Amino acid sequence: MIIHHPLLGPRDASEFVYKGDASLIDRPDWKADNAADLFHDYLYLRDNPAGEHCELWYHEQGDRSWLVVTRNTLTHDITNVELARDVALAKQAKKSGRGEK
Amino acid sequence: MSQINRIDSGLIDRAQKLNFTFNGQALEGFAGDTLASALLANGHKMVGRSFKYHRPRGIFSAGSEEPNALVQLRAGAYQEPNTRATVTELFQGLEATSQNHRGSLKYDFMAVNDLFSSFLSAGFYYKTFMWPKAFWEKFYEPVIRAAAGLGRLSGEDDPDIYDKGFLHCDVLVVGAGPSGLSAALSAGRAGARVILMDEDFRMGGRLNAETLSVNDQSGHEWATQAIAELSAMDNVRFMTRTTAYGAYDHGVIGALERVTDHLISSHNKPRQILWRIYTKRTILCAGSTERPIAFGNNDRPGIMLAGAVRAYVNRWGALPGKKVAVFTNNDDGWRTATDLAAKGVEITAVIDSRDGQPPVDVPKGAAVVMGGRIVDTQGRHCIRSITLSNGQKISADCLAVSGGWSPNVQLTCHQRGRPTWREDIAAFVPGVELPQGMMVAGAASGNLSLSSVLQDGHYLGNKAVKDLGFNPTKEIAAKSEEETVGISAFWHVKESKARAWLDLQNDVTVKDVKLSHQEGFHSVEHLKRYTTLGMATDQGKTANIPALAVMAECTGKSIPETGTTIFRPPYTPVAIGALAGRARGKDFRPSRLTPSHAWAEEQGAVFVEAGMWYRAQWFPKSGESHWRQSVDREVTQTRASVGICDVTTLGKIDIQGKDAAEFLNKVYANAFAKLPVGKVRYGIMLREDGIMMDDGTSARFADNHFVMTTTTANAVGVFRHMEFCRQCLWPEMDVHLISSTEQYAQFAVAGPNARKLLQKVVDSDHDISNEAFPFMACGEIRVCGGIPARLFRISFSGELAYEIAVPTRYGDSLVRILMAAGEEFDVTPYGTEALGVMRIEKGHAAGNELNGQTTAQDLGMGRMVSKKKDCIGNTLSERESLNKEDGLSLVGFRPVNRSDELKAGAHFIAKGKTANMANDEGWMSSVAYSPNLGHSIGLGFIKQGSERMGEIVRATDPLRGGEIEVEIVSAHFIDPEGERLRA
Repeated sequence: MIIHHPLLGPRDASEFVYKGDASLIDRPDWKADNAADLFHDYLYLRDNPAGEHCELWYHEQGDRSWLVVTRNTLTHDITNVELARDVALAKQAKKSGRGEK
Repeated sequence: MSQINRIDSGLIDRAQKLNFTFNGQALEGFAGDTLASALLANGHKMVGRSFKYHRPRGIFSAGSEEPNALVQLRAGAYQEPNTRATVTELFQGLEATSQNHRGSLKYDFMAVNDLFSSFLSAGFYYKTFMWPKAFWEKFYEPVIRAAAGLGRLSGEDDPDIYDKGFLHCDVLVVGAGPSGLSAALSAGRAGARVILMDEDFRMGGRLNAETLSVNDQSGHEWATQAIAELSAMDNVRFMTRTTAYGAYDHGVIGALERVTDHLISSHNKPRQILWRIYTKRTILCAGSTERPIAFGNNDRPGIMLAGAVRAYVNRWGALPGKKVAVFTNNDDGWRTATDLAAKGVEITAVIDSRDGQPPVDVPKGAAVVMGGRIVDTQGRHCIRSITLSNGQKISADCLAVSGGWSPNVQLTCHQRGRPTWREDIAAFVPGVELPQGMMVAGAASGNLSLSSVLQDGHYLGNKAVKDLGFNPTKEIAAKSEEETVGISAFWHVKESKARAWLDLQNDVTVKDVKLSHQEGFHSVEHLKRYTTLGMATDQGKTANIPALAVMAECTGKSIPETGTTIFRPPYTPVAIGALAGRARGKDFRPSRLTPSHAWAEEQGAVFVEAGMWYRAQWFPKSGESHWRQSVDREVTQTRASVGICDVTTLGKIDIQGKDAAEFLNKVYANAFAKLPVGKVRYGIMLREDGIMMDDGTSARFADNHFVMTTTTANAVGVFRHMEFCRQCLWPEMDVHLISSTEQYAQFAVAGPNARKLLQKVVDSDHDISNEAFPFMACGEIRVCGGIPARLFRISFSGELAYEIAVPTRYGDSLVRILMAAGEEFDVTPYGTEALGVMRIEKGHAAGNELNGQTTAQDLGMGRMVSKKKDCIGNTLSERESLNKEDGLSLVGFRPVNRSDELKAGAHFIAKGKTANMANDEGWMSSVAYSPNLGHSIGLGFIKQGSERMGEIVRATDPLRGGEIEVEIVSAHFIDPEGERLRA
């Protein structure tokens, strides 16, 4: 597979390490009343779609960027690649209401 | 006389005679021959024995689809079994032997199997050998195992080198036959970067085997001219002897180049290269493969594919026989008759399964039987005659059979594409879903006439480059006359009473397929697994479609309704050696050497692999014959005076930024935010699920600068995890990480004289007295007159100890300087074994304790996990089941009988209870012999261990046997108050 790194262009998948579902970015609030349940769901519950899947890949043999790769699990087509940091920052901005402005 | 069947034609170099041997017999051939063509030229028809029935077998095809002519090539360590003679390029000195027979090829003892064939039908191993039951293990299985397989491996290491390579191009053309050459010409002329590859050593494909003309010259002349034009282009790369064996994700193509297989010796060059090709477009021009027709005893030597027969005559000037008969269901089969007749070969008969008129002029003297059927053949080591359904017997020493041509769709299926059936050519063609960037041209796409193949290649070559933004040239496609390609599907002769083979390699007959159907194995995948049809080196290239047709007949459905087998890589066999490349033996993975490695080698150190690192395990001295003597001495000497150990392999992570302290506070479970500058702290890292991940230290050199150490084993994983935390969880933090494991050489200097030793090395303006530089201090200093270094007062051994780090390039010098400076203190280097003994004596956890199952609580460090901050793992570490009253805790153990030796892995059972899982109370994780205490000691996890000091339990070891009584004691065997490390 070839992953189009947002900073480095097309790179062979063998340069990357796979982690899993990109929902791992959404780490729950430890202060929430039901924090234990939230962390349980965060850590153990995953969608396992036959089709488009957002997932985390780490460019270990490269620039060490974590990427959010949108990959079709049936065809391996990759339709979108973003820096995980950008994705995480955008989520934070949205949470705090700044994203809409 | 040599080369009795060589005639005066062909694309071989008669000036270059080559000597070779087959089964020890000296033979001659010419440059340009394959082993198969040379054997045929020498009149060798029988070249092997079949897999199951040990039937005599001859050369069947002229290409990589060969099911029969598998030979053993070369000798000694170079011996290579199951080599297809049809694709083995002849070289001077080639040695080949036939395989799968005991005794000589002609008189094989195992041929008796043929008489028992009724016991060896489909799935025989599930049925025949079932009774008596006890016979299976002792008798049947060993006999079957001994009989199974074809060639034999040498049993020695492969002495050849294999390499891997990477290529990039715009257009990859797979196959250099008429369509491939046309496609490459179009793409190359437009200026695209083109790779043209062919599995053969001569490009041209079927043009070399046929007498058809292109652009008013012979086909092979046109091919030569096209190759010359392409060779002149800088943007075209030629790869002969190269097979595209797989189509992978995103258009990546795997190819195997046989670089020196055609030479007597590799001369230290790589024998084969495994290429990974990144291409924007692939034009698959893989051609097609002829398939046989099944009829009684259709497996005798001399019975060959019709296209192969004329290939041997046209390309190699080698006659497969002197009296040739043809059996065909299509017009193409007739070309064998006309081509051979034109060369003066006697054609005894042409039997066409179709009714009606012959499609071409009948060769002189040939009997023509339209609507004919061959029901049986005669001849022991070679075909002698054939019998038709009307009882007529016709003599022939070669029978050319054509059941039509199947497009080579294999690569189109590698991304799950399914071929579709075309009734008009009675064959599967590539489906609509193709691997990314792939187009299929020529015979591979089902265009079977030469003129359409040339057109197709030309068109798709232009289309590919146009897609990529190049301007195709105005050149037109090469032209050829339109030949007839009519076919009427005909798969097997129903009137045959004798066995009729479908898969020659696996000895699968029409009857086996019928039996498989009768027994309920209707699906093609089941058929394959039940009968072994289509397995092994040829992957059923000539067998799959006829077998599918027989199954379709049984089920009463059409062929496409019955199914199709799709293909996986590789297209043709790829040696494991090629897949391994250079990554074998020592080079399987990199060897990481510490900065003191050369020095340690000089000291005669014994090394141990830790991850990829080579670490000194112990340093034997003269007179020491057992490793324990060396280790005991190293421990004793360190505790008595001073020892030095290379600890470079521990992971080092440099952490900088305004939020560095806050970041550490989040990745470590214990508090870090308030660590003062100039101090080190021990830290524990949890996984998000609350289990221990790693431990180590972090030193604060400035407000915004920390240096972390990790365990050797987890260095990579911890760094990856921290980058994940930084980028994905807390992207707003101003913090940056870099691994500096290899940038610093680091040594532990431990023992009561450690300070005295270091004071001789550290530049005198740095005060490292206990007052100025107490336990857990750190600082940036200079050593040896100005060399920058870092000093940490940390101790894994429990002694007064330091770790000193210098830039890696000074590592070798530093260890030598430290050893010289320590001479007056009787300094000793120590290895990982002594390191282990000392940490067990101190009760420090290491990899054995941080095994991915244990919590901070289990390790007695539960209170370190902060409840007042957000950090990885603290929420889930509070789960009930991880905090049970009767949870495990890490404690020390010593044998009640002090001379007993403890064993790691033993399980604890209370006295008087049965040793079973229900009574299991925990396990011993680390053991060592303590030279200081004079007996074996251990660390282990046991339920409520910290409250059971002094209790005696049994350490049982049912796996290795043995059981001893052990006493639960404090894990701190030495200096429990920690006075030494603060001295």
